[in-house]
Amino acid sequence: MTELLKNILRFVGLILLQVWVLNNMRIGSYVNPFVYILFIMMLPAGIPGWALLLLGFFTGMVVDLFMSTMGLHAAATVFAAFARPALLSMAAGTSEPDNQLIPSAKSLGMRSWTGYVFAMLLLHHSALFLLESFSFAGLGYTILRIVLSIMFSGFVIMMLSLFFSNARQ
Amino acid sequence: MYNILRFLQRYNFFLLFVLLEVVALLMLTRSHTFQRAAMNTVSSGLAGRIYDLRSGIGNYLSLRDANRKLLEQNARLLSEIAMLRSNTPLPPLADTNIVFEYIPASVVSNTVHLRNNIFIIDKGLKHGVRKDMGVIAPQGAAGIVIGVSENYASVMSLLHKFGSISVRFKNNDQLAILQWNGGSYRYGDVVDIPTHIEMQPGDTLLTSGHSQVFPAGIMVGTIDEVTQSVTGSLNSARIKYSVDFNRLKVVYVIKNNHRNELDVLSKIKIHD
Repeated sequence: MTELLKNILRFVGLILLQVWVLNNMRIGSYVNPFVYILFIMMLPAGIPGWALLLLGFFTGMVVDLFMSTMGLHAAATVFAAFARPALLSMAAGTSEPDNQLIPSAKSLGMRSWTGYVFAMLLLHHSALFLLESFSFAGLGYTILRIVLSIMFSGFVIMMLSLFFSNARQ
Repeated sequence: MYNILRFLQRYNFFLLFVLLEVVALLMLTRSHTFQRAAMNTVSSGLAGRIYDLRSGIGNYLSLRDANRKLLEQNARLLSEIAMLRSNTPLPPLADTNIVFEYIPASVVSNTVHLRNNIFIIDKGLKHGVRKDMGVIAPQGAAGIVIGVSENYASVMSLLHKFGSISVRFKNNDQLAILQWNGGSYRYGDVVDIPTHIEMQPGDTLLTSGHSQVFPAGIMVGTIDEVTQSVTGSLNSARIKYSVDFNRLKVVYVIKNNHRNELDVLSKIKIHD
């Protein structure tokens, strides 16, 4: 399978997982997992900056379309995409990661991958929930939602990445 | 010129980032003026169809429950008709001027756990649904239509920052505004109620009928808990919605046939 095809399948799979399964899970109003951001996390390291940002915007817009929240997920995902090169070079341990590198549990090692995933989730979910409530009133409630949702999204993403890396071996 | 080009080249990542964020935030803030920003694209076409695919399965599995509820409602309505008929001679149907019509619809997607919740129903322009129409469930008021496409409509649920509605206490006819401040989807709040108005847990709230969106007297919820204000001027109360938004399945869109007429009247101004 070419890398392009893999990425397209990953995109479609994650979006469907998000809108069919996760958006319908009712785990109380505090936990809203968003795992489609895994698509941005797993784009190859050599992707040009403009493509990374545009893909972030596009991914967010598709989710927005399904959730009737015009611009909300787009803003949060572009923000995470903007921070990705810095986070990825931290996780890879070099300022210029190999262009061929596909970030994953296998290629980065479990520890760096976990750190990378949760750092990306922290930025994405914080931007998302703060923009959604659009005020600092009820900040405690928003922060609790951010923390619990990151934990749940992180759990799902780690499960997915373990599952897929095992399946391919 | 060369310097500008070099600047653009050097900072293109950052500049594109700023540009995309500005676009996204503009979209976000414009959709905040909710009643107007219809976001027609949202409910239309693909999204609606993909949701339909999934809820088709869910609908089938919960048919029994939905059927039971409809039967209950049917029975209640039939008994009401029987009661009315015994009191007043029914005028011939053709002469009656029907003010409110009800368009039945099924919910194809729904959320209750976000700060601002919206659900999508499977009736659209084709079926006579228009923007700003009220939507009720068999148990009570549910939301307001904010976007319509050919076959679907998106409805702002009462569980929304802008989903506040005008309500009336059933036992003393006082008006209040019901809003939702996040948290549990079972409870909303009425705030700023003068202290002289007596409220007891269990009191019923109905729609006031002042907004033309809902007819008067539709069940909204009951008072769950009254909070006396500390300063002693304005009380507030927690309201338990009569609708369980998490189980929303069958709804009715309310078409007010006198709406245009009333809208024109309310726009009359006195010129001096």
